[in-house]
Amino acid sequence: MPIQYYIILSLALFCIGIVGVLVRRNVIIVFMCIELMLNAVNLLLVAFSKMHHAIAVVNDKASAAGTDAQLFVFFIMVVAAAEVSVGLAIIVMMYRNTHSVDVNFLNRLKN
Amino acid sequence: MSATQIIFWFLSALALVSALMVLFSKNPVHSVLWLIAVFFAISGHYILLNAQFLAIVNLIVYAGAIMVLFLFVIMLMNLNKDMESQKNLWMKLAGTISGGCLLMILVSLVRQSPEIAGKIAEVKTGDIGLIGNLGKVLFNEYVVPFEISSVLFLSAMIGAIVIGKKD
Repeated sequence: MPIQYYIILSLALFCIGIVGVLVRRNVIIVFMCIELMLNAVNLLLVAFSKMHHAIAVVNDKASAAGTDAQLFVFFIMVVAAAEVSVGLAIIVMMYRNTHSVDVNFLNRLKN
Repeated sequence: MSATQIIFWFLSALALVSALMVLFSKNPVHSVLWLIAVFFAISGHYILLNAQFLAIVNLIVYAGAIMVLFLFVIMLMNLNKDMESQKNLWMKLAGTISGGCLLMILVSLVRQSPEIAGKIAEVKTGDIGLIGNLGKVLFNEYVVPFEISSVLFLSAMIGAIVIGKKD
């Protein structure tokens, strides 16, 4: 598969995530759109790792080029899992205090 | 059109349509279910790229753990009905247009970039994504980040408990 197809697919997913963050007001959906953007980046990293492997394997049959990118994806997933647990705890606390999940109420932080 | 291409286009269409449905669903529970469909499509892409370890981790961690956490929180708050106040139309339009402009500019950049023209991402071959190869590299070169991530999990766990505790 040409790498452009993967790049454009990832860009489309990423931009859908950005539009979701900009237009939705439910904080849980905003959070889910952030997860969507993280996954678009992961897909792009894996596609690039296979691209580099395809280039390196021409010269060296046993080349392990591209392994690092897949481990980066693994670490991104690890950090995302930690981030989600803390983020959802913040959302639950926010809901307990205000009985709303609207992002707009967060503007009271500026006062 | 070979079978690989058919699978690629099918998974891409599934991912994009499901991602759009995440945006357009009024009910947050439906959004979560569509997002799980996106994750399944992305896992299919990983399998197509022969990154089997990441495909399974993506399914277990994202579709299995994180999305269940989201569903759990939504049902805990009883948000099943639509109670989202709408942003005004101009704000929505501005958000959509700015996202679309970003997509347009990046796609045109990708299409005319000479560095990636003609490069191929190998599908169905290559064994760098298999668990044996990744495990060797993870425990030889990336041991310290791996251990630090366990500390990160511990602090995230303590942080979630402290934040979520009723004071």
